[in-house]
Amino acid sequence: MSDSVSMMPEHPPVTDWVNDFDHTDPRWTENPFPIWDELRGECPVVHTKRFLGCYLPTTYQAVKEIAYDTEHFSSRRVIVRDVRPEVQRNAAPPITSDPPYHKPAKQLLLPPFTPDAMTKLEPRVRAICNELIDEFIADGQCDAAARYTKHVPVRAIAHMLGIPEKDGDLFVKWIHMILELSIKNEGMLVQAVQEMSAYFAGHIEHRKTHPTDDLISTLMKAKDKDGNPLEDSQVLGSLRLLLIAGIDTTWSAIGSSLWHLANTPADRDRLIAEPELMPSAIEEFLRAYSPVTMAREVMKETTISGCPVKPGNMVLLSFPAANRDPAMFPDADKVVIDRKENRHAAFGLGIHRCVGSNLARMEMTVAIEEWLKRIPDFKLDPAGKVTWSEGTVRGPRQLPVLFGKKS
Amino acid sequence: MSGKLKIRVDQDKCQGHARCKSLAPELFELDEFGNAHEVGDGSVPAGLEDKAWLAQTNCPEIAIEVTEE
Repeated sequence: MSDSVSMMPEHPPVTDWVNDFDHTDPRWTENPFPIWDELRGECPVVHTKRFLGCYLPTTYQAVKEIAYDTEHFSSRRVIVRDVRPEVQRNAAPPITSDPPYHKPAKQLLLPPFTPDAMTKLEPRVRAICNELIDEFIADGQCDAAARYTKHVPVRAIAHMLGIPEKDGDLFVKWIHMILELSIKNEGMLVQAVQEMSAYFAGHIEHRKTHPTDDLISTLMKAKDKDGNPLEDSQVLGSLRLLLIAGIDTTWSAIGSSLWHLANTPADRDRLIAEPELMPSAIEEFLRAYSPVTMAREVMKETTISGCPVKPGNMVLLSFPAANRDPAMFPDADKVVIDRKENRHAAFGLGIHRCVGSNLARMEMTVAIEEWLKRIPDFKLDPAGKVTWSEGTVRGPRQLPVLFGKKS
Repeated sequence: MSGKLKIRVDQDKCQGHARCKSLAPELFELDEFGNAHEVGDGSVPAGLEDKAWLAQTNCPEIAIEVTEE
């Protein structure tokens, strides 16, 4: 992924984070936590003129107020970019939907993603993890982001959708174009959406004569509240969402968790010795290394945590920054794998709670369990470099580790 | 002496994070959309009080009410 970053038109470096923040600045990408702490110390909501005007809520409270306020803040645009591409109907429902259209679109997607449904999928994900580990375990080293954490969610969502797992590289390319490159290059967005739509249109067409038992067929068979089939554009939009939202996010969450465990042998050893801590550890990794920053568009003037907020601006809805707010979480800057109270907002708050949260938790749990079973002793490769994705989703994109005899 | 606990999930607030079901599976059940409901009339059996409070303090939407009867 890092090869294409250099092709982006560069933004001027930030010299004043409080009045001119930029979430694509390399320092933010590398280590955003001290930046958020500085901004939070100044104001619950800061503003930048970049991205045609954008706010950043820095506290848990401010993030929560915005997430719950669908009257003043729209989800019609959910990525902060240099430009504001024309709003597309059925872009990626329900994540891009506002009330009253949001609820029916979301209810279609919820049943396939319940915890019970994930329990049925779990054996396949466990097998995927072991197939991946088999490929590199004898080497004593690997790039865990490229060889492991990426492929777990790619193959799991491909399995659910009923599309070939071997097309994974294609999915990763589209997502990189939509979530990272398109921030500064609108053409990437248009191209990726066209390619994805054509890809799914082919799979839909095939199912018209060869019905299957997968998520694509579920959406094709779904009816709206009046009993009519969904518009093709909604089916395509929701399929684009499931693919986009199901991959980079969990790739990042598993990667950050492994990065933490590679860096923190005490937590790694404790998790191996006390496997019953896995659920609280997963929640803590989600809090401390939340991968997903969403966005809203301000539709009407209002105030958030006492700060005036004006239409025409975007909002970078940083669940990751909220989850590092010391007013909400004692020792917010520490990773406490047995944290008892953890109302983290990694999957959002309010009506847009991540549809795939149960899938993400299951994938994280299984991927880390299987890794620790087979590779209990590992560390970052001092000769390699860890790199992080830019912009909307944050996680390791290169994670070189040594294990076995090399660790 | 403290009384028995009773729990209730506010259906207007629950968004289906399912944290309660994970922390206290004896006390919560999920519907077809993954939204949580208290089991039965929400009475917390003796011995499960800590789990009730744990679920309450981990719900991101603050949708769980715990009351002492």
